[in-house]
Amino acid sequence: MIAGTSVPSAAPEPGTEAAITLEGVHKWYGAFHVLQDINLTVMRGERVVVCGPSGSGKSTMIRCVNRLEEHQQGRITVDGVELTNDVRTVERIRRNVGMVFQQFNLFPHLTVLDNLTLSPIWVHKHPKREAVETAMEYLERVHIPEQANKYPGQLSGGQQQRVAIARALCMKPSIMLFDEPTSALDPEMIKEVLDVMVELAEAGMTMICVTHEMGFAKTVGNTMVFMDEGMIVEMAPPWEFFENPKSDRTKKFLSQILTH
Amino acid sequence: MTRRTETPGEISAREEEPTHVSLPPPKAPATTPLMAFDWAKKNLFSNIPNTILTLLCVWLLWETIPPLINWVLLSAVWSGGDPAICKAAEGACWAFIAEKHRFMLFGLYPFDEHWRPLLATALFVAVLATSCNPQFWRPWLLGLWAAMLVVCGTLMWGGVFGMTFVENARWGGLPLTLILSVVGIICSFPLAILLALGRRSDMPGIRAVCIGFIEFVRGVPLISVLFMASVMFPLFLPEGMTIDKLLRAQVGIIIFTAAYLAEAIRGGLQAIPQGQYEAADALGLTYWKKTYFIILPQALKISIPPIVNQFISMFKDTSLVIIIGLFDLLTTAKTALTDPPWRAFYVEAYLFAALIYWVFSFFMSRYSQYLERRLETGHRR
Repeated sequence: MIAGTSVPSAAPEPGTEAAITLEGVHKWYGAFHVLQDINLTVMRGERVVVCGPSGSGKSTMIRCVNRLEEHQQGRITVDGVELTNDVRTVERIRRNVGMVFQQFNLFPHLTVLDNLTLSPIWVHKHPKREAVETAMEYLERVHIPEQANKYPGQLSGGQQQRVAIARALCMKPSIMLFDEPTSALDPEMIKEVLDVMVELAEAGMTMICVTHEMGFAKTVGNTMVFMDEGMIVEMAPPWEFFENPKSDRTKKFLSQILTH
Repeated sequence: MTRRTETPGEISAREEEPTHVSLPPPKAPATTPLMAFDWAKKNLFSNIPNTILTLLCVWLLWETIPPLINWVLLSAVWSGGDPAICKAAEGACWAFIAEKHRFMLFGLYPFDEHWRPLLATALFVAVLATSCNPQFWRPWLLGLWAAMLVVCGTLMWGGVFGMTFVENARWGGLPLTLILSVVGIICSFPLAILLALGRRSDMPGIRAVCIGFIEFVRGVPLISVLFMASVMFPLFLPEGMTIDKLLRAQVGIIIFTAAYLAEAIRGGLQAIPQGQYEAADALGLTYWKKTYFIILPQALKISIPPIVNQFISMFKDTSLVIIIGLFDLLTTAKTALTDPPWRAFYVEAYLFAALIYWVFSFFMSRYSQYLERRLETGHRR
């Protein structure tokens, strides 16, 4: 892909205030220990890129941040609010956290514009006109304003994923979670999605991205997290992570994904 | 999508002939007798078994169609109130329908007041037809329905504006069938949605109640639900309190239909990918908003065929209300035959009733196909 094209990024330096903290987080699926003692702090404006083999728990970890999955032990704090079982807390956190999925998960029965304005109108209670204006603004930002009145099924995968990003942004979130956003895309569409993500990073968005796009990681990432078997194996700035990986498992993983 | 692009030659041809703004489409080759012969040879007489089948079909059609046309149209007796003429004729006795249609359509409703159920039925059908256009799916439509039901109720019961009071035990025929089925559809549908959602609920209490209800009602025949509604139910009521027989039958039909519909809708709910729920959750939608905006529109669209199936089946099952003594369309048709001079013409009576049932069922079927096409948004690529 674009691995190796490490261009110095215009993205601003992260702040010093924590946006997300995970402290001693554990999760089990039955007897399967999918998350084991996860400790991670994401600063405001920081871009964290999470990689690792499939089944290593990276998706599960970010899905715990907005309660699509429930953790069973430990503390997760988002924007200073601790995640509990309380429905209101969960809703409050979800309002501030946008999420982009591998399979886009657009609503196929609604037009692109309706996909974008649903949450602003019905969750954030914005007036309809304002919601439409904001939606068009974000469609401009992901470079597809002309698709506003189409249905998701009429768009290409790359366009759908950009709509999904715009949909998440319309909630004006302070944090964005990306769960393998380019894994379901054809190669020629990956770039258009990554470009949008880079622009978002340059605007200073706090991001956790589960991705294997190492070029993207090098360009905008502040921190690389490598996970395996439910644990965080290594955490380092990208240049150190790629040049000088500490653990053998990281080295093996990197050699596997970077040889092509 | 792929529009034929014009070749430069075509474009210049247009420009040269400004009088012919658009070129006439190329004419389809005219069907000549010779081509018909070729077609027949290829499709009907290609080999010996095919030829035998073709000849057999032609013979069957020859044996059935002309006599049928003769019976239905040519030799039929159309008017005149004398059964003797009908008995003498070879064809159908439509005179019987002409004589008895008012009883068949309106049952025991006082003869001089038949304009009231007629007007009510016309109003009912008009509002129904209006509701079929998705452009009119606006809040005012609910108001229109409420107004229509009030007006229809007033017309049917009477007792005001100089109209004599007609108790609903005397309602019958087509209005009764329509009331039972349309009110049944309107009331059972939301109930079925709640049951289907409840059956998939995380809350064990709600789930148990819904499963219990659905499995109990599905486990018994409609006739026994109607019996229970008409015979057993009043036993549980406090002394001196009675609930109208028509209402009890209506409730029985609603409950029965809702249980079946709930399962059809549950099928649709299970077809919605998990990602749709997750995306709605991630956007911060609450359970009811998620259900209303995201899940139900998709689930109901998928379930249109089984839902309409259930509605058509229920429409015809309303004829079972005869067992608790209500005179629906089929029963009034049957009752018209008890008049001794006309007893022989049961085929005509049942054809007449069947035709009315068929018209409504066929309409429902076609309408559901239209809805499916209209709601298609191209997401199954």
